[in-house]
Amino acid sequence: MSGRPRLDAILAAARPQVVAALTRRFRDLDRAEEGYQTACLRALASWPEKGRPRDPVAWLILVGRNAVIDELRRESRHAPLEAELTEAPLADAEAAAIARLEAEDYRDDILRLLFICCRPELPRSDQLALALKVVAGLSVQEIARAFLVRPKAMEQRLTRAKRKAAAAGISFDTPSVAERAQRLAAVSTLLYLMFNEGYSSAGNGAHLRAALCEDAIRLQRLLLRLFPGQSEVMGLLALCLFQHARARARLDTEGRIVLLEDQDRGLWDRYLIAEGRVLIEKALLKGRPGPYQIQAAIAGVHCAAAAPEATDWVEIERLYRALEQAQPSPVVTLNRAVAVAQLDGPAAALALIEPLAGALEGYLYFHGARAAWLEELGRVPEAAEAYGRALALCTTPAETAHLKARLAALKEES
Amino acid sequence: MLYSILIYGAEALVDSLSDDEEEAILDRHRALQAQLTETGKLGPFARLMPTTAAVTIRAETGEPVVLDGPFAETKEQLLGLYLVDCASLEDAVEVAKQLPVDVGALEIRPVHFYGPGVLPQTPFEAAPYP
Repeated sequence: MSGRPRLDAILAAARPQVVAALTRRFRDLDRAEEGYQTACLRALASWPEKGRPRDPVAWLILVGRNAVIDELRRESRHAPLEAELTEAPLADAEAAAIARLEAEDYRDDILRLLFICCRPELPRSDQLALALKVVAGLSVQEIARAFLVRPKAMEQRLTRAKRKAAAAGISFDTPSVAERAQRLAAVSTLLYLMFNEGYSSAGNGAHLRAALCEDAIRLQRLLLRLFPGQSEVMGLLALCLFQHARARARLDTEGRIVLLEDQDRGLWDRYLIAEGRVLIEKALLKGRPGPYQIQAAIAGVHCAAAAPEATDWVEIERLYRALEQAQPSPVVTLNRAVAVAQLDGPAAALALIEPLAGALEGYLYFHGARAAWLEELGRVPEAAEAYGRALALCTTPAETAHLKARLAALKEES
Repeated sequence: MLYSILIYGAEALVDSLSDDEEEAILDRHRALQAQLTETGKLGPFARLMPTTAAVTIRAETGEPVVLDGPFAETKEQLLGLYLVDCASLEDAVEVAKQLPVDVGALEIRPVHFYGPGVLPQTPFEAAPYP
């Protein structure tokens, strides 16, 4: 290879902005995607010969826009043309059009495009699939593989999702400050779930799904470049960078889960950790901590420990306390209990989570943590029972294998 | 004379590169570094973190204020830089041409003054542990 990026990479990088601009222009995801596709085909045909335009994004928007207008004209040959579509082709006005298209709106265009994908009418998995297709530009085959379904089924899901998203009606005006904040929050949730979808997978297909983590990080970087002052977006990206940094150490060669304390920290990605640290430091300087920033800070404390014994559990406990304030949930309290177990022992941790038994009845990690602490206290029959309940809640082969091994070891000891 | 070679490119494009493509670009850099080392021309060089990790300090209203993001919003961002010792501008251009330029542009800026600083002469990689 020559070190020249493929045209593909240039076209892929331009995709979110081009599709977003065309979506605003035509208010239709399918049209926007078609326009982008056509523009890409023309780019592949003309750029290698005539050279790349100075501003590929503006070129693609303009060519895509003209292609869609042509298509609309063809379709409506027998119908009266809309006033706007009877404009002359833009051959001469190219420069002005490019300038206009490149104006202020691209931030809100891309945010809107992501926001269209997270309509509450759509189930979460469809929101993710739609964002991967429309914004990240994954093929139906790739998305089907990531979600472990057949391409045909994914195709149908995407068609249905697009129809619902289109019907939901979203304002194409410049959003107000409050609307923008609301969109940013919804989109951040979507990108966090996209990361988790890839992160929480293990065993069969794990490597396919890990690509979701990278796509989520790529979109988070994009979002932060558009809104550089948003401390929660910084927190979100930092959180995902810290977690992704540990990806190589999380599973062993057979795809089994390796717990944080047993991971080979030499396999952690030092560069991603360093970038995450800068981001979280930058975010916290702004003095508006939110749930993503706090979670990132917690992940950062883990990543800062060269060995498990060096983990600053006092700081982690303090941060989970802050998270309980910012975003109270039994899962957060369970996580604080993990820090408490390190600081004050398993009995204190058990006492802390006892009131959560009802709320976390169906939560795998509640029973897993409880089992481990009971085991530590020598309460073997109760521990075995808790491992059993955790096992019944496993959804991946890696989790099942891990808990079965723990249970077998427990029985051997007793 | 010392010249700086400033490497600009669109970060969105850098994000879209596959591992193989990124590796191929780094190979071109390594080849140039080896060659410049051999001819004794290579000064310090650096790859920068993304501009999302940057802050900018401005003092428009008197007091310096820390702002998020890079100094300027541009389509292409400063990604890294080299310092090289070259006999002429032409020579510096020849050196720069060996780097991949497709991701953006290279700016050659002659150096007015260079202080070597006191950092150890060993490569620095962003490290997680304080």
